[in-house]
Amino acid sequence: MPFEFTMPEFRLIAPVLIVFGVACIGILIEALVPRQQRFVVQSTLACLSLVAALGATIVNWQAQSFQPVVNGVMMLDGPTYFMWTMLLLFTLFSLLLFGERQLGGGASAFAASAAAVPGSKLEADSSAARMEHTEIFPLALFALSGMLVFPAANDLLTMFVAIEVMSLPLYLMASMARRRRLLSQEAALKYFLLGSTSSAFFLFGVALVFGYAGSFAFADVAAAIHSPTAGHGLLVAGVGMLSVGVLFKVGAVPFHSWTPDVYQGSPTPVTGFMAVCTKIAAVGGLLRLFYVALGAARWDWQLLVAIVAVLTIVVGSVVAVVQTDIKRMLAYSSIAHGGFILTAVVGTYTSQTGLHEGYVGSVGAVMFYLAAYGFATLGAFAIVTLVRNAGGEATNLSAWAGLGRRSPVLAGLFGLFLLSFAGIPLTGGFIGKFSVFESAWEGGFWWLVVVAVVMSLVAAFFYMRVIVIMFFSEPAEGTQIGSASWLTWVPILVGAVATLVLGILPGGVLELAAGAAGFLR
Amino acid sequence: MNPENYIILAALLFAIGTVGVMIRRNALIIFMSIELMLNSCNLALATFAYAWGNLEGQLAAFFVMVVAAAEVVVGLAIIVTIYRTRKSTSVDEANLLKL
Repeated sequence: MPFEFTMPEFRLIAPVLIVFGVACIGILIEALVPRQQRFVVQSTLACLSLVAALGATIVNWQAQSFQPVVNGVMMLDGPTYFMWTMLLLFTLFSLLLFGERQLGGGASAFAASAAAVPGSKLEADSSAARMEHTEIFPLALFALSGMLVFPAANDLLTMFVAIEVMSLPLYLMASMARRRRLLSQEAALKYFLLGSTSSAFFLFGVALVFGYAGSFAFADVAAAIHSPTAGHGLLVAGVGMLSVGVLFKVGAVPFHSWTPDVYQGSPTPVTGFMAVCTKIAAVGGLLRLFYVALGAARWDWQLLVAIVAVLTIVVGSVVAVVQTDIKRMLAYSSIAHGGFILTAVVGTYTSQTGLHEGYVGSVGAVMFYLAAYGFATLGAFAIVTLVRNAGGEATNLSAWAGLGRRSPVLAGLFGLFLLSFAGIPLTGGFIGKFSVFESAWEGGFWWLVVVAVVMSLVAAFFYMRVIVIMFFSEPAEGTQIGSASWLTWVPILVGAVATLVLGILPGGVLELAAGAAGFLR
Repeated sequence: MNPENYIILAALLFAIGTVGVMIRRNALIIFMSIELMLNSCNLALATFAYAWGNLEGQLAAFFVMVVAAAEVVVGLAIIVTIYRTRKSTSVDEANLLKL
């Protein structure tokens, strides 16, 4: 086989290169910059790199640079640019939360020394010496670089490497909470063991599909499905195992059991980052895998994913009702949202399957939903960091009682995010839910939509319950609102404004999502 | 050589790994089972590459090895931390996070 070397398109993949490069520089900063200045240097540099990468993405998007890059292992098209923009924007807001130190009295939300045994003298000493794990910023950027590659990956091997690059830093970030460190370490252990198992399933799926098609490239897999040379069983088994890997990252039932534990145990800013960015990247990769590589075999996966979607929506909504911890409740809510997104994925209502004029289509609907979900989720987790008692964040629902009397603004904003999760009109969540249900309906899955609408009502119940607890009960003893700097307030306020704008004037973003919905093959 | 036998072997190894993950209590043994699963994938990739007469699958096996090495670093770091905190690597004892 002749080997051709082509220069990578540096200008087009600049966003990935910038993020990855600055993450590497971040490691050097750990070694070279004095400890007192490290936090400021790391956080500023990381945020600047995200702004630069965002700028590069938008410039390339404006220039309509839709093409395969780096020998075809990545595909830059509408969905890629939309996902990249969202990922970079939401990571920027997450990093602002990472940088918040005023809340903890000058200390960040991360362990002073993650290596010190909880309760030991070393831990006390390192806290007293004001040590900090500024590695959290390079780790977030490493995770982000994997997340950027994942929805753009155009072959199975790149997808596997990307899934690992985005997961490995997250495992570590989950274990770095400053308070409740046992929970945090346990979350990391569970996330790591289950996550690696799901990656192994994904990899075996890759091997089987490679055995079926004789190539990793999505285009070759699609061609092999059209004119098969190997047994169909190989493909079905491969698709099933690939789905396990990707649906795990989406947090779909029955691969969801890690989600509540990890969301509860991780430091809250990391939870926000994970809840939003991992979901965006995973859904983006899922869409490209199922639509571009396996689109012709959709009769094989549609029913499977439809059943997973129903299970996800039902389990997510019903189990959320009985949660007593706000972070666990948001975790189950995020599981349910994954299910709602899957309804549109199952619908496969795209221009390939006959998209009518004036409809958004599956890909556009999913992308809009992710944007609405991202703003509200990040804002909600930012508010979780603010509600505190003597032991740090007060995540038990009982501590949230009467929050509306203590701080009407904060409770009102949290209420707004919950209404958006519930899909109440005039919020972004409503338009998002409407467009994903429309795509599923037009794709012929009306029964899925019926189940989803009924379960949205159940979900609305537990969101309302939190609102009732916040506004109509006696204020809980010992709960205070932490005084935060602008670093926490920016994600909250931007999230609130975006939730309202996406709900009242969705036209612009909806058109953008619908226009960016075409996958290049 | 008949590639089919090697695929069956790979599937068997993968199944052993999966069972190991599900029934063992020691985090280290679970971790070893995961490594077994990854290596069975390598065997499958190399076999399919042989059957198709191309090199892509063998190349992929190298990628998998590097990824597995990175995973060992992260995984052992987490397991060692847990061990130093709890003096145990049993996953049954990691049960603070529950409904």
